[in-house]
Amino acid sequence: MSDFTSEFWSWFIIAIAGGGIVWLFYLLTGTNKAETEEGVPTGHVWDEDLQELNNPLPRWWLFMFYFTLFFAIGYLILYPGMGSFKGILGWTEVGEYEAEVAAADAEFGPLFAQFEKTPIAELASDAAAMNAGERLFVTYCAVCHGSDARGAAGFPNLRDNDWLHGGSPEKIEETILYGRMGTMPAWEGPLGGKEGVNQVATYVMSLAGRDVDTKLAEAGKVKFDMFCVGCHMPGGTGNQALGAPNLSNNIWLYGGSPRSIKETIAKGRNGRMPAHSEFLGKAKSHVLAGYVYSLSHESD
Amino acid sequence: MSTIQDKVETKVGVLIVLSLVVVLWGGLAQIVPLFFQHSTTEPVEGLKPYTALQLEGRDIYIREGCVGCHSQMIRPFRAETERYGHYSVAGEFIYDRPFLWGSKRTGPDLQRVGGRYSDDWHRVHLTNPRDVVPESIMPSYPWLGASALDGSDIQAKMKTLVTLGHPYSDAEIEAAPAALEGKTELDAVVAYLQSLGLHVKQRR
Repeated sequence: MSDFTSEFWSWFIIAIAGGGIVWLFYLLTGTNKAETEEGVPTGHVWDEDLQELNNPLPRWWLFMFYFTLFFAIGYLILYPGMGSFKGILGWTEVGEYEAEVAAADAEFGPLFAQFEKTPIAELASDAAAMNAGERLFVTYCAVCHGSDARGAAGFPNLRDNDWLHGGSPEKIEETILYGRMGTMPAWEGPLGGKEGVNQVATYVMSLAGRDVDTKLAEAGKVKFDMFCVGCHMPGGTGNQALGAPNLSNNIWLYGGSPRSIKETIAKGRNGRMPAHSEFLGKAKSHVLAGYVYSLSHESD
Repeated sequence: MSTIQDKVETKVGVLIVLSLVVVLWGGLAQIVPLFFQHSTTEPVEGLKPYTALQLEGRDIYIREGCVGCHSQMIRPFRAETERYGHYSVAGEFIYDRPFLWGSKRTGPDLQRVGGRYSDDWHRVHLTNPRDVVPESIMPSYPWLGASALDGSDIQAKMKTLVTLGHPYSDAEIEAAPAALEGKTELDAVVAYLQSLGLHVKQRR
């Protein structure tokens, strides 16, 4: 089916393009009659004796005009241009793109098929796969996790072997394919305002082995055991099934300053890793999982 | 001596009209039929006009000159679709007035940035790009988060777009000011960015 709302537009284009060629052809032949002679003045005179002559076009120049006309005719026969006529080569922009993709798939497809069959932990020690993985990481992941994979406030460091949702090869791949939600509710209300937040923050800092005001920490522990252990577990060791961070290892996703910790507790956090299965596909995600796994297992 | 040439050369009005015809000739074939093609005049499946918040975000995107460094047009080359996703099609821009295709990429293309990063990432990144991408040369836009959204003319904007064929219902226009209540400019820009390019399936 034609893309035009009416076939009129197809003929409209044909009339303009074809008419243009015919008109130019007439201009060239019609103004190049034999009676045009060298040296006849047009009657235009400037500065007393500067005359414009009505000389015929030089032949090589004239032939260039004819060449462009024949080029246009040839082009419009071979390529789409005359309204709905598709051209005898059948060329389309999308067809050229698909050929480019097919050529790349033929080249890289078998390689990625091989990678996909290889277990992730094995990929991590395969130099070719890791080379590809690094390129993929820089293109798709570095924007949040950093080109050195050390993350940023709110975006996990992938080199420290501390995992929110599990660091096994399978869990890493699952995270890449399907994404993650890291939701911590706001606790300022339930904890009874700033005072409660301060107490719990102090206790959380004590879990990470920092020197704190023990009285405040003790008050915080009571509240922690009431509100926080459901996800962060007693002693704040975290729960990877829920994506609840380990609070005892002094690694802080949103920053470990007292101010950041208090803000996290008071206002909550809403981390989100987007799903990549549709965008990257299984094979690339598999290679990326191998690369991310390798970042914290480089001595293996 | 040609009498036609004499007449054309010596009458400025005739010369102007004929010059215009020559200049317009190509445009008649290349531009005019675009207004009568299905692929350029009908939205892709599922495409909706921008919500009130997204529309305001789009206007801030224009105000801050984002289009100067970010294109919104993925060309059909593998190098682009691998990085950005499916190439752009005309039907995705039906509700873009004016379109923001841009022509310069100091930063990356944004046509399919919707859903690629989290809202939080956009907030941090717009406020100070270096906080998440240390190598970034994008300017900081800290005032977006500090400025309340001025949505006082949102209904007028939507009504204008209705006259141009955007299918906003009366109820949507009625509810627009409430949807902007208490939002910052940052909220609006993030909502706009997260809406971009979602309606054509990614490749693979």
